[in-house]
Amino acid sequence: MKPTDTRDPDYFHKVVDCQWACPAHTPVPEYIRLIAQGKFTEAYLVNRRSNVFPGILGRVCDRPCEPACRRGRVEEEPLAICRLKRVAADHRDEVKHLLPQKPERTNGKKVALIGAGPASLTVANDLAPLGYECTIFEAHHRPGGLMISNIPAFRLPEEVLDEEIDYILDMGVELKLNHRVESLRALMDHGYDAVFVGSGAPKGKDLHIEGREEAADNIHIGIDWLESVAFEHTDKIGKRVLIIGVGNTAMDCCRTSLRLGAGDVKVMARKPRQFFKASPWELEDAEDENVEIVVNHSPKRFVVENGRLTGMEFELMEYDLDDRGRITETRTVGTKIIPCDDVILAIGQENAFPWIERDIGIEFDKWGVPVVDETTHASTLPGVFFGGDSAFGPKNIIWAVEHGHQAAISIHKHCQGETIEERMPRGLNLQSAKMGVNEWMYSHAYEGAHRRDMPLVELKERLSNRKMEVELGFDAERIATEVQRCLNCDVQTVFDAPLCKECDACLDICPVDCLAIVPDGDEDALRQSLRVPANNTEQALYVSAPLKDTGRVMVKDENLCLHCGLCAERCPTAAWDMQDADIFIPHVENEAGKVAAE
Amino acid sequence: MTSMPKPFIDKHLPRNKLGLSVRNYEGVMSTLCAGCGHDSVTAALVQAFWELDLAPESAAKVSGIGCSSKTTAYFMGQSHGINCVHGRMPSVATGANAVNGQLHYIGISGDGDSLSIGFGQFAHAIRRNLNMLYIIENNGVYGLTKGQFSASADYGSKSKKGVPNEQTPIDPCIQALTLGAGFVARAFSGDKSQLVPLIKAGLMHKGFALIDVISPCVTFNDHAGSTKSYAHTYKYYHPLVHTDFVAHADEITGEYAEDGEMRVTLHDGGELRLRKTDDNYDPRDRAQAIETLMTGESNGEIRTGLLYLNEDLPDMHAANKLPETPLNALPFDALCPGTGALASLQKRYR
Repeated sequence: MKPTDTRDPDYFHKVVDCQWACPAHTPVPEYIRLIAQGKFTEAYLVNRRSNVFPGILGRVCDRPCEPACRRGRVEEEPLAICRLKRVAADHRDEVKHLLPQKPERTNGKKVALIGAGPASLTVANDLAPLGYECTIFEAHHRPGGLMISNIPAFRLPEEVLDEEIDYILDMGVELKLNHRVESLRALMDHGYDAVFVGSGAPKGKDLHIEGREEAADNIHIGIDWLESVAFEHTDKIGKRVLIIGVGNTAMDCCRTSLRLGAGDVKVMARKPRQFFKASPWELEDAEDENVEIVVNHSPKRFVVENGRLTGMEFELMEYDLDDRGRITETRTVGTKIIPCDDVILAIGQENAFPWIERDIGIEFDKWGVPVVDETTHASTLPGVFFGGDSAFGPKNIIWAVEHGHQAAISIHKHCQGETIEERMPRGLNLQSAKMGVNEWMYSHAYEGAHRRDMPLVELKERLSNRKMEVELGFDAERIATEVQRCLNCDVQTVFDAPLCKECDACLDICPVDCLAIVPDGDEDALRQSLRVPANNTEQALYVSAPLKDTGRVMVKDENLCLHCGLCAERCPTAAWDMQDADIFIPHVENEAGKVAAE
Repeated sequence: MTSMPKPFIDKHLPRNKLGLSVRNYEGVMSTLCAGCGHDSVTAALVQAFWELDLAPESAAKVSGIGCSSKTTAYFMGQSHGINCVHGRMPSVATGANAVNGQLHYIGISGDGDSLSIGFGQFAHAIRRNLNMLYIIENNGVYGLTKGQFSASADYGSKSKKGVPNEQTPIDPCIQALTLGAGFVARAFSGDKSQLVPLIKAGLMHKGFALIDVISPCVTFNDHAGSTKSYAHTYKYYHPLVHTDFVAHADEITGEYAEDGEMRVTLHDGGELRLRKTDDNYDPRDRAQAIETLMTGESNGEIRTGLLYLNEDLPDMHAANKLPETPLNALPFDALCPGTGALASLQKRYR
């Protein structure tokens, strides 16, 4: 097999599973080490460079990093990465003076940003300090987009949201509230150099079945209903509430219902649990509040008596699954009426662009979605860029942030007359973590403790106040233990083949048996040659150049490595070394040459 | 050595018939130098015991003094064991074996412990055909006293400071063959594919089983000019026979299989399958074994594998008609027949 090229920045980046899985590539182990040292402010700033909203995301991020975390493959549960992000935000000192500042003069380039959600805010965050004149247009009376309208305050307190949005507005960003953009053409006539569309996916899907019109007063579209609760237009709901759909919006709807006076809340799912779209922890939080999740019930009709909603009829479903867990057959085995006072529909949302003229030069596909380049976020009309949910449909905040970073690069290049496709590549900087004999610049010992749980406000108390934050945050013991659970995957095992004398020391000491010295072969053969075959093909297999004494190769399965450094400590020739990998993710500040590559 | 013990993680590992992972067969943290061959021998022992599905408490580890003798602490922390006087391990092993023949005895020794101070003990343990696996971790130097030549250092091999050795070496395998050992093997710590099956075979052999393992001293004898370095051993490494141990083979079809594989049944029913890598080598021919080792010596080849095997010799227990039941399991009246029996015994000597 061809020796692995570890100079490719993506090779070691993939080993840092959390950072690779994070759309914004937040250097997770780096900020966790800072938290471990009590450097909360520094940890916050490392986070902020990548994900812009550490306080917000430390509470409500969709956490793609956690299912990816190596720790979950070594023992039962991954590191509580999201909780630790919140620790950095909760315990930071004043950071205002450490953030990018409003420039003394602008560069004369005007950028219009539509919608004050996380995508537009990120674009403004990246461009304003470089001198761009950014104007955000927001339909509502408060900025934040979905973060304010759809995420309930008991999960994300308003002051946390406002503080992090203010950091961006303070960079000299103009915010026009209560200013719905009704026509893109009219906006563009104002002479903007670039327009960024971050208007989200604001249209909740409806369910057109029997009884929908007659019972309209008691049937609510999930995201609209959450918004009217957030903006205090709605403050009560019936005693018995059914939520249709089982995504994260459904979880917010059921928990909000409980806080508005509902006593019996059921979430109705069409399919079995393994098909649920909601994150496992959001399901857990809802069930913790005694929400019942009912599976295999498909909506048939709304039951209306005397012009009033009294219940909902469901078809009872049965499914046959194949051995890969896919549905092969669907059967209806009966119907059932479940009485209720209100129904909330949380079955998805779409983007809608009635305000974009179709003859303006922006191409739409047959579903009415604009054609957007996945790297540059450019539409087919030069100078108009899309990001967040409005670009590729509903995703989450952290994706919106990454879209914002990428769109900011494109907008900068567009305004400077550069080719937007020619972007700075990612980089990698490796530095030995060796400080002395068996001394490393990171805490390499394996912490055997299990994942710390989040302390919560007592149930009765939390339901009494819609705005009371449920999660209390980690205390000192939880922080101290959880930071040590991080495996420091960014401190890489780096092998220097010419130094190896094939003494087997590293193979013998490896606590997860991920090394072997074997005759060269094809990848399948090498994967099977380890004591524990490397069957997780999503994880790379490292293969060295031939070794000098026997011509065999060193093989490492990246799947389970603890990054404990024992191979390097046992190596008599320092052929194995632990090296801190700094993965460089370019932002517009780097493209603009204001900040040298870190 | 490392700065911390190996974390205990075995979620990913397969289990043997006892429900144990290899991790359950490991011991305390090694304090040997990083890269020491002895640690690899330790790992091979762990692997062999796990593969044989032997309970850790079915083993007794015995050793003398030296780097090699420390290693009994580094595997099977839940076995019996004693770390005894320099060179006197065979005597202690004999005593232990006499009172309890049911344990698997593993002696770990070095070239100093076995070929200098304990040379006589080593020879007589072989003559007694003590039922044990006797491993010499052979590196040609006294590592604990900073690198003097040992009795197994080759003539002309250079010390770390460049001084050549001017004494002739003792070859433990040739010695064992001339003393009548029934199982003589040579291996290399860098090749577990050979060492692990040899350890399994040696453990299952009824009688004295010697494995002389070239186990480089990474600190004092791993330089250019040394004949016991990793580089030198890899360069001149020459396996004569490939051994596979098959526990309780279901079907034994004559002496040679069709592919030329020789099959030898062991006393407990297990089987050794020997595949020659050298055309004319027969591991049952003692004279040829000695000759092969002596010719290898002159051309520098390090000839390894199961050099000699004789399953027909009675071990110490059988020769001395010792009870099969361990003394600690015998009833009191069998152990102590009483004053009447003593009196009648004494009467015979009057």
